[in-house]
Amino acid sequence: MPGFDFSNYNRNAALHARGVPLPKATSTGTTIVGCIFDGGVVIAADTRATSGPIVADKNCEKLHYISSNIWCAGAGTAADTEFTTALISSQLELHSLSTGRKPRVVTCMTLLKQHLFKYQGHIGAYLVVAGVDPTGTHLFTVHAHGSTDKLPYVTMGSGSLAAMSVFETQWTPKLTEADAVELCSQAIQAGIFNDLGSGSNVDVAVITKEKTVLKRGYVKPNERGQKLKSYIFPKGTTAVLNEKIIRKEDLGNYVSVHELSTTEDDAGDKMEVDA
Amino acid sequence: MEFGNSGSLSEDGIHLDMDRLKKGEVNLGTSIMAVTFKDGVILGADSRTTTGAYIANRVTDKLTRVHDTIWCCRSGSAADTQAVADIVQYQLGMFAMTNGKPPTTQTAAAIFQEICYANKDRLSAGLIIAGWDERHGGQVYSIPLGGSLHKQTYAIGGSGSTYIYGYCDTHWQEGMEEKEAVEFVKEALKEAIKWDGSSGGVIRMVVLTAKGADRHLYLPDTDYKVRHST
Repeated sequence: MPGFDFSNYNRNAALHARGVPLPKATSTGTTIVGCIFDGGVVIAADTRATSGPIVADKNCEKLHYISSNIWCAGAGTAADTEFTTALISSQLELHSLSTGRKPRVVTCMTLLKQHLFKYQGHIGAYLVVAGVDPTGTHLFTVHAHGSTDKLPYVTMGSGSLAAMSVFETQWTPKLTEADAVELCSQAIQAGIFNDLGSGSNVDVAVITKEKTVLKRGYVKPNERGQKLKSYIFPKGTTAVLNEKIIRKEDLGNYVSVHELSTTEDDAGDKMEVDA
Repeated sequence: MEFGNSGSLSEDGIHLDMDRLKKGEVNLGTSIMAVTFKDGVILGADSRTTTGAYIANRVTDKLTRVHDTIWCCRSGSAADTQAVADIVQYQLGMFAMTNGKPPTTQTAAAIFQEICYANKDRLSAGLIIAGWDERHGGQVYSIPLGGSLHKQTYAIGGSGSTYIYGYCDTHWQEGMEEKEAVEFVKEALKEAIKWDGSSGGVIRMVVLTAKGADRHLYLPDTDYKVRHST
């Protein structure tokens, strides 16, 4: 049977109870948002991936492809968001091929929530699902435990509080596409600047009935500037106090040197190399 | 997933965690109720969902349709109650198609109980099922945490319900008019929202009668006085 192996669960729980810390997974301590506008939906994300206090990737992709008209923004454990979206994308493509219909956002949301509920939160994927299908424009959030919400504007991840404060003060009903993109971008930037877990650039995806546009690096507010000075030290910066030269031939006076044979015959314990 | 700080290791090496909700799980710290009246039933709920101290959704719909005139109020874990309601909605849809007639509220409540009791140690779901059917009219059933099933004239549930036991008991009347019943539910939920920190937002209601389902929405902006369109 494919799937996860929980046979070490009790051992890990016992170790944990005795104070052994759990290994750290690369998590997208993230800001992701979504917003519906007149005629479509926008989702956006920051591009920082973290492993504890370390920035593991300064420009990672958190907007995941599901189908041409459905995209997902992912927060939580990076590996889990990557693989669950890929898995559901595959299932939805096969479903679409077998039914001969375009994939629907509710179908995608249901597949995701049933998959995540089955794993009781052990798959740490927190997702914003957005898309346009023959039934209309849709925007959902899916939590790792399998609960879902349907709202006109949503935020998730560690920067969700900063991002939500932007939506709660700036959002108005019936936004234009340009206004929605700008609002989502501002919400992500609130996360980038006010949340330690979020940072670097803003990625945006705009989905309409006609087409989907992925704007990778829509805003880059953290570009490295030109250094004002070179930090390469010129030769001779460190003074030479004394100099002593030992030639290779005279090395035997200081250490014992054995020449190794290079012939095939006496290679007693030659290293084994796979073909 | 991270382990919580609570829980202990027993002799057989099994980790025991008495926390009902897993860390970071979405919670419906809720005020829900359902009442019977002359022509049917009314379901009511607040709209707050929380993850710890953060309000994850301030306009949640905790009143969920499982059949045309059979609905449920959800409290406890959002994920668990949604999963259970989705299964029951499927089963009742199947029931209606195979039997050529809609299921009764009792049937729906029995299916809910089956799932809640069989999985009692894995679920944190407190449900109130209310419905109208041709044979019995309006009925209310309550399924608390253990998976027991109680037929009641009215039921209250969720963390906010503790504050309104007295109010409901003194103000409840058998066979109210629709207008009276709506006011009873609204005033009770207003008190629950006022006193319970885990409840808040808007008041949602669903009126189930022979005429079908009718949705009500009351906003705090207008002090829950005006009925808004949904």
